[in-house]
Amino acid sequence: MPNVIARLDDVSLSYGDRVILRNCSLDIVEGAITCIIGLSGAGKSTILRLLDGLRKPDAGHVYVRDHDVCHMPESALNEVRRRISLSFQFAALLDSLTVGANVSLPLREHTQLSDAEIRKIVLDALESVGLGHTFDSMPSELSGGMLKRAGFARAIVTRPELVLYDEPTTGLDPIVTHLITDTIVRLRQKLNGTAVVISHDLQSIYMMADYVAMLFEGAIIAYGTVDEIKRSINPIVQQFIQGSEVGPIPI
Amino acid sequence: MKMLDRVGRATTDLLEYAGGIAMLAGESGSFLLRMRIRFVETIEQCYFLGVQSVMIVILTSLFTGMVISLESAVQAVQFGVGSLVGGAVTFASVRELGPMLTAVVVAGRVGSAIAAELGSMVVTEQIEALTSMGLEPVRFLVVPRLLSMVVMLPLLTVFADVVSILGGMWIAQTYAHISTDSFIASARQAIGFEDVLKGIVKSIVFAIVIALVGAYQGLSTRGGAAGVGKATTGAVVISIIMIFVSNFVLSFVLFGGN
Repeated sequence: MPNVIARLDDVSLSYGDRVILRNCSLDIVEGAITCIIGLSGAGKSTILRLLDGLRKPDAGHVYVRDHDVCHMPESALNEVRRRISLSFQFAALLDSLTVGANVSLPLREHTQLSDAEIRKIVLDALESVGLGHTFDSMPSELSGGMLKRAGFARAIVTRPELVLYDEPTTGLDPIVTHLITDTIVRLRQKLNGTAVVISHDLQSIYMMADYVAMLFEGAIIAYGTVDEIKRSINPIVQQFIQGSEVGPIPI
Repeated sequence: MKMLDRVGRATTDLLEYAGGIAMLAGESGSFLLRMRIRFVETIEQCYFLGVQSVMIVILTSLFTGMVISLESAVQAVQFGVGSLVGGAVTFASVRELGPMLTAVVVAGRVGSAIAAELGSMVVTEQIEALTSMGLEPVRFLVVPRLLSMVVMLPLLTVFADVVSILGGMWIAQTYAHISTDSFIASARQAIGFEDVLKGIVKSIVFAIVIALVGAYQGLSTRGGAAGVGKATTGAVVISIIMIFVSNFVLSFVLFGGN
């Protein structure tokens, strides 16, 4: 039995009348890359926010290690968050700080490293996403793709146990997409870290995923390795991965 | 029933808003008491919120002092009490107009800036990013702004008092031929150091109001660019109303019938 680093246990969440998750359960296997697929607006990003304690479910529990992140004081939750990183879909860099300052922020706030050590680690992180030259640039000087990669660098700079990637490759050209996908795989191998990736890019998912979970109408309807998902007899999964307009998914 | 429903909803909203501000004040105060302050950020905010407000404060206080002098000098000279003009200008400037007008002007400039900046950070997920890194947005963003306002607004207020009095003195001299000595003597009779201190106390309360309302409006922004606009407008309107209300309460408490 593989170790589970994080778990959604029977989670339900609604925004007003809109049900996002309904009795949703999912295990995140330690040391693996789990990709969550599903329609736009299905609640995939919400799962990442639940894992990071940024959203509280209406019912159910969310565990990271053995901590119930839904029912713990903010100070204790912040301790847990230091071992988790969330890479945002639109980077969410602080626009008043340089790229270097943004990426170094978690190190400055949470470690006692010297300025020189922090600079070296940050440059390594930026270089791993091809942005070593942007250390002193402001976020407003970067393109959308570069911003996303800088956000990605900030997420990995502390070498967290669990990295949550919210659509890391959306909107990027094929070369950078490959670079990012490759970096996620390399990081997992290097640190024996765990990643949860939200993506619509099936080629990237097939390249990096150990496990794939499909979210549909608030619940995980399929879970397995890439091959198991490809061979799934579930017509919803097949329609989704084939990108077909014909099938049970209402369009 | 609809009427009752509306009154109930408005009351709930008001209490929720007051509770939100109180919680933000409590959280900020807790960081301040534990000295968990980002000093570099606070100094930067002192420059942005305080130093960059100097020109607008000079202009408003100068013309306010001049207009009080202009209005009162004509009447005073007509009734042969021109020597009281200095007292009238100084009294009004130090006890009421200096603290309140400076606060209103700063609420327009700074309160809106705080709400717009924090509101933009909410809609671009920057606040959520801070939280996800295990950092406290209140310590990171609100405390430096609150502290810099508490430091800078009293300084701006004293500055505004001086500029307003000088403006009034200039008009009294050139327009009503009231000598500088007479103006200063009257001013010294009208107010004491205690009045200046009470004016500073007022400005500290106004500083807290402006920073907390601006920050709360910003942090509770919802709905993209339109939400940021609403938050910014709300910050200015609510701050100004609260400044006027608290000014009355403070005047009553500090000055009483004197």
